[in-house]
Amino acid sequence: MIEVQHLTKRYGRVTAVEDVSFRVERGEILGFLGPNGAGKTTTMRILTGFIPATEGNAIVAGFDVFEQPIEAKRRTGYLPESPPLYPDMTVLEYLQFVARIKGVPPVERAHRVRTVMDRTRIADMADRLCSKLSKGYRQRVGLAQAIIHNPDVLILDEPTAGLDPKQIIETRQLIKQLAGDHTILSTHILPEVSQTCQRVVIINKGHVVAVDTPDALTARLRGSETMYVQVDAGGADATAALSRVGGVTRVAESDRRDGVVGYEVESERGHDVRRDLARAIVASGWGLLELRPLRMSLEEIFLSLTTEEAPTAGGSVEPAGVQTAESAL
Amino acid sequence: MSNILAIARKELKSYFASPIAYIVIGVFALLYGFFFTVMLSFFVRESMQMGQFGMGGPQSMNLNQMLIRPLLQDVAIIVLFMMPAITMRTYAEEKRSGTIELLLTSPLTDFQIIMGKFLGALAFYCVMLAVSMIHIAILFIYGRPELKVVLSAYLGLVLLGASFISLGLLISSLTKNQIVAAVVTFGVFLFLWVINWIASFSGPTMDTLANYLSIIQQYDDFGKGVLDTSHIIYYLSFITFGLFLTAKAVDSERWRG
Repeated sequence: MIEVQHLTKRYGRVTAVEDVSFRVERGEILGFLGPNGAGKTTTMRILTGFIPATEGNAIVAGFDVFEQPIEAKRRTGYLPESPPLYPDMTVLEYLQFVARIKGVPPVERAHRVRTVMDRTRIADMADRLCSKLSKGYRQRVGLAQAIIHNPDVLILDEPTAGLDPKQIIETRQLIKQLAGDHTILSTHILPEVSQTCQRVVIINKGHVVAVDTPDALTARLRGSETMYVQVDAGGADATAALSRVGGVTRVAESDRRDGVVGYEVESERGHDVRRDLARAIVASGWGLLELRPLRMSLEEIFLSLTTEEAPTAGGSVEPAGVQTAESAL
Repeated sequence: MSNILAIARKELKSYFASPIAYIVIGVFALLYGFFFTVMLSFFVRESMQMGQFGMGGPQSMNLNQMLIRPLLQDVAIIVLFMMPAITMRTYAEEKRSGTIELLLTSPLTDFQIIMGKFLGALAFYCVMLAVSMIHIAILFIYGRPELKVVLSAYLGLVLLGASFISLGLLISSLTKNQIVAAVVTFGVFLFLWVINWIASFSGPTMDTLANYLSIIQQYDDFGKGVLDTSHIIYYLSFITFGLFLTAKAVDSERWRG
């Protein structure tokens, strides 16, 4: 179990992280989401014992990282933002060295090194110098290094940063396979969280702004239901007709092209207006081209949580909705 | 202990994986060879003159006193110039490349990391000293120098080098930049060497103090074959102090982030 309680880190007057608390349960991959400079790396460095916290405490695999750092480190695998490789060692030498300093018993070392090389698929690079590896392989060697001592806790700092799309997909799959009992993964890429993680901690300016599952976050942030309706109205203005449908609170034109008009129709929460909308449009003799609910993507949630003003992109998020969501958190 | 050795081995290997080891040892061998040749020629000329004009027929000059001692004294000076190249990367490079994060998040104590780095650099230094023994061995083939004096001189060189390394480690742990580490280390070494020059211009108290602090002055007696515990303790406390400060520097760096 990973338990972080009221963690605060100050560098002189600058507060990097303030009063951060969260837990990671067994078998869980926790996504640590936030813009650059939010305090993700700082939190991870505290958890791995690289830097001490100013206040608060952190328990990793049953050991307090400040009181019993050696025991906690023995059970933690860590991949920093840039893989900590020694350029003048070969991959094999490097992994052997890491196995030794991570306390893998001598009799198991050769076996462990071989196992992690197979699992991260770097066996064909065993004799290559670390400095000659491509970015993707460097990342994999970094992952191999993190899991070589079978840690209970795996902490990955932006494991997919700087990789190409194919490598990102491979790395995500790899992380899912390799995930230890407890895994924390930081990222500023949103789809990564919904694809890889069971739970998300959104952090901004050193504060935790939300902790939930990706789905629950999406649902919670929808203050009202919004539908996108595309109508071939043959020049007529459909706004009035749509507004008359029961439950609709607001209709806004969102795009217009060759007589085809798209509307965003907001309705009361829990009131499904799709049937009535369709009926009203058909009754008017217009062509109904598209009718779908607009969901807030994780991207929009993220923006609304980490920026004060309402995001302009997307247009479907009202400031009021953000405020209710934030006060609910 | 096994952790210390793992780090030490890694350090030693990394010297030889980069050009630094070969350049340092190569330049050392070149300078040392030059000094050896010059001093040997001088020694040969002097002993021939002694043989011709000597009081009461030919007699041999003392090989230890006239050749080996000044030669190894010069080695101490070469070491002073070369050592920054050995120690500059120890911490600075790990900090620059981020591998320090691997070391500090592994189940290792600061003491183990520092000792590992210290022993690694010391081992490399001993390899370098071993090169100088080849020439001394030649002297043993053709002459009869006293072995014990030579051993005492080498003990002094090892202690001197270890002191340099402990200080170099400290300076390297304070910066990310190898050049900065090298220049500062060299400056401090040089200062510790020449500090006794001020002795002759100052009062008796300063005189003793400055002579005591001079890191090369302390080496003098070893070259003569005198094993004075005060010198040994000087070097040992120098090393301990340097390593202690390195530990403090690494720890404080962690708090400052």
